[in-house]
Amino acid sequence: MKTELEINPTNTQIELDPSLEEVVSGEYKYGFTTNIEADEAPKGLNENIIRFISAKKNEPEWMLEWRLKAYQQWLKMKEPNWGNLQYPPIDFQDIIYYSAPKQKITIDSLDDIDPELKRTFDKLGISLDEQKRLSGVAVDAVIDSVSIATTFKKELAEQGIIFCSISEAIQEHPELVRQYLSSVVPVTDNYFTALNSAVFTDGSFCYIPKGVRCPMELSTYFRINAENTGQFERTLIVAEAGSYVSYLEGCTAPIRDENQLHAAVVEIVALDDAEVKYSTVQNWYPGDKDGKGGIYNFVTKRGICKGNNSKISWTQVETGSAITWKYPSVILKGDNSVGEFYSVAVTNNYQQADTGTKMMHIGKNTKSRIVSKGISAGFSQNSYRGLVQVAKQASNARNFSQCDSMLLGDKCGAHTFPYIEVKNSTAQVEHEATTSKIGEDQLFYCNQRGIDTETAVALIINGFAKEVMNQLPMEFAVEAQKLLAISLEGSVG
Amino acid sequence: MDHINYIKEQFDQLQTAEAGSQLQAFRSKAFDTFNQLGVPTARNEEWRYTRIAPLFNNGFQLQENNLVLADVVTHRMPGHEKANELFFVNGRYSADLSKIISPSLQLALLEDALQGEHKELINTHLGHSAVYLRDGINALNNALVQGAVFIHVAKSAQVEHPVYIYNVTDGRNENVLSQPRSLFYLGVNAQLQIAETFITIGTQDSFTNKIMELVVEEDARLEYYIIQNDNAQSNLVSTTHIRHIGKSFSHGVTISLNGGIVRNNLNIVLEKAYCEAHLYGLYFQQGNSHIDNHTVVDNVSPNCYSNELYKGMMDGSSTGVFNGKIFVRQPAQKTNAFQSNKNVLLSNDASVNTKPQLEIFADDVKCSHGCTIGRLDEEGLFYLQSRGISEKVAKAMLLQSFVGDIVDKINIPAIRTHVEDLIAERLEYKVD
Repeated sequence: MKTELEINPTNTQIELDPSLEEVVSGEYKYGFTTNIEADEAPKGLNENIIRFISAKKNEPEWMLEWRLKAYQQWLKMKEPNWGNLQYPPIDFQDIIYYSAPKQKITIDSLDDIDPELKRTFDKLGISLDEQKRLSGVAVDAVIDSVSIATTFKKELAEQGIIFCSISEAIQEHPELVRQYLSSVVPVTDNYFTALNSAVFTDGSFCYIPKGVRCPMELSTYFRINAENTGQFERTLIVAEAGSYVSYLEGCTAPIRDENQLHAAVVEIVALDDAEVKYSTVQNWYPGDKDGKGGIYNFVTKRGICKGNNSKISWTQVETGSAITWKYPSVILKGDNSVGEFYSVAVTNNYQQADTGTKMMHIGKNTKSRIVSKGISAGFSQNSYRGLVQVAKQASNARNFSQCDSMLLGDKCGAHTFPYIEVKNSTAQVEHEATTSKIGEDQLFYCNQRGIDTETAVALIINGFAKEVMNQLPMEFAVEAQKLLAISLEGSVG
Repeated sequence: MDHINYIKEQFDQLQTAEAGSQLQAFRSKAFDTFNQLGVPTARNEEWRYTRIAPLFNNGFQLQENNLVLADVVTHRMPGHEKANELFFVNGRYSADLSKIISPSLQLALLEDALQGEHKELINTHLGHSAVYLRDGINALNNALVQGAVFIHVAKSAQVEHPVYIYNVTDGRNENVLSQPRSLFYLGVNAQLQIAETFITIGTQDSFTNKIMELVVEEDARLEYYIIQNDNAQSNLVSTTHIRHIGKSFSHGVTISLNGGIVRNNLNIVLEKAYCEAHLYGLYFQQGNSHIDNHTVVDNVSPNCYSNELYKGMMDGSSTGVFNGKIFVRQPAQKTNAFQSNKNVLLSNDASVNTKPQLEIFADDVKCSHGCTIGRLDEEGLFYLQSRGISEKVAKAMLLQSFVGDIVDKINIPAIRTHVEDLIAERLEYKVD
């Protein structure tokens, strides 16, 4: 044994396999190219770009000032490097910060779309109409969906629910936006929130009035235009006292997005007795088999249980992105409030995920539950990073965390970094973690019954992740299960 | 004079005084590292919860040894009559106070040993802990290494008498910086038991920065017990670095009962297949004391087994930190690695920060970790009280049972009884 076992002093993460390092730090062909269209800002970031974005959005003066202030803060900040992630430095001046909504329809029939995309659609069991709509083929389908969206919107409006894009909200409900924007995630929370605050172009705003139980699951999916795949989304959800909403986010179909950097911010405010359930199925482009391309997903998500007896629940299924850096958190400020985090993160090929949660217990009798399932395959690295913090005044806090990892193959890594900080003696905190692989006996058992190895793996993985999958709303759960299978395709046998 | 200048001055003096020393290059390299890294601040992830930098404002100084046996005699651990005793006073080995009774133990000052037959061995293993502890504290010991010893345990030697190590700080006059340093080599099939403790005489502030490196050969068996029960002015960074270079076994217990800021670095490097390591720890803190246990189990080769259990009881306004890392490298298939950390908070001002960390690069492994933080079981307390046992005694009984499975792991009977007594004294209750 040589003495050159090098350990990185900052995060004690073992240096990556040389072959992986090569790939990760090597050539990166995609760059940040986007087809230049008329309605686009030039590359780079400066005050003029921010003014341009703000003007495009026809924003009021206070919003522009807010953005500029955020930009000034951002300039002073440093990009975080504590994550268990390796990627070439991001050139923030090489990004287009404003471009018109997604690529316009350029294809005429389904036959023209990327066959790999088509295959994925088929596997996901998405109907033909839907497929057309998702790939932007048929114009009438889009019109259909517009009308669907409008119908829903009307129904929501009757109950006083506001559900619109954040830009619209800034115009029409400035008092609400001003009150809650950046009240959960401060502008200077981290490098990417400051950046997002300066340049966000889109996102959703959702307001549930007092005592209203939202009659349907709200989803970015139903929103009118294709804005929902922007690089810098900003989502704000406010649940007034006694209200309930289940919110679905994400790209359930694998849109082959060429955007490189995705830095979103999601804020949730839950007042007395309110409950917010936020589900994500994230399936951005993970890069190809050799680790080329793919999205860098740097997301800050945080909710605050501001009122007593409130509840915020995050559920996420993360299968996409080349890099995932994401820690949906809950600040348990109200007494008896509850925070939950359910996560399945799957990494394959050269994907890297550093994800987890933060539960900050501040109120009395607060509870939190963390269930995280990490699955790594190929050459990927999958890390859970979580913080459970019990403040001094948070008596009778209760936390249970479980992080299980599964390794498929011997070239990937699974890592756990749980931080637990307790300052109150009445707290009860438990953390458990295990690492395992799929047993040969399990595979043999399936094979024996005529189930091929790939299907068997998908079956076992779905069982492994079941606890989390059960938390997903129905329509997501089915797709998510299939997504797991697709993400791991080719990783066995 | 600030501490950086002081250390530079001391370094220059030492290098000049020992111009012909074999350790010149080693010290120089470490001194460069120290200058580069400095004293760790809270920004350093490894020192996030333990603030050590303010200690350096205390003007700690390296001090000559001027103790006599009469000063330390009351601090000797039970069973010392039948033990080899090594005394480090203010960081330097004291031949006058020490005694070696086992013939298979060969002890020499490091400088002298570097002239002898084990030169190669020492050069290979001295300073290996720096690979895992890349911080200014580790470098500081290396940079000013003097009065260090090399202990060689002969092949197939079953050392009958344990080695007791006393790290003594003479804090009667000045604030002392004490840096004990030792390197142990356990030859093939050798067996050794070590019990180590820390003693401060006097009431001045002290900072002890100890490094003990142990190399364990094929089929060797090492047991080590670390007992920390020093006064509140004594701050300590205790580094114990165990390198299993052959299929071998180690078993250790770290007991931390008192002190100022105490940081234990325990590294276990399992370099060959079929190694086995057991790590146990107990911290029972009160007052303003701060205890930090950082452990690393690095599985480099396949088929190794490690089991780690650390238990903590925090009273007063003490703070406890646990960071347990398990690395499983890609070749280390069929690793079994378990880790558990359990904490009881006894006071509302006490706090615990724990970070059990797994980093796994091999797929055919069984690894788990768990940690809990809570308070004493109320039902248990009620049960005992309902049978006429006072609350205080009931609590003490529950705590005794909580620590029992750690204390039981001490295989030197005299030391085990000693620790039991120390805990009973703290709890003011002893199980008959």
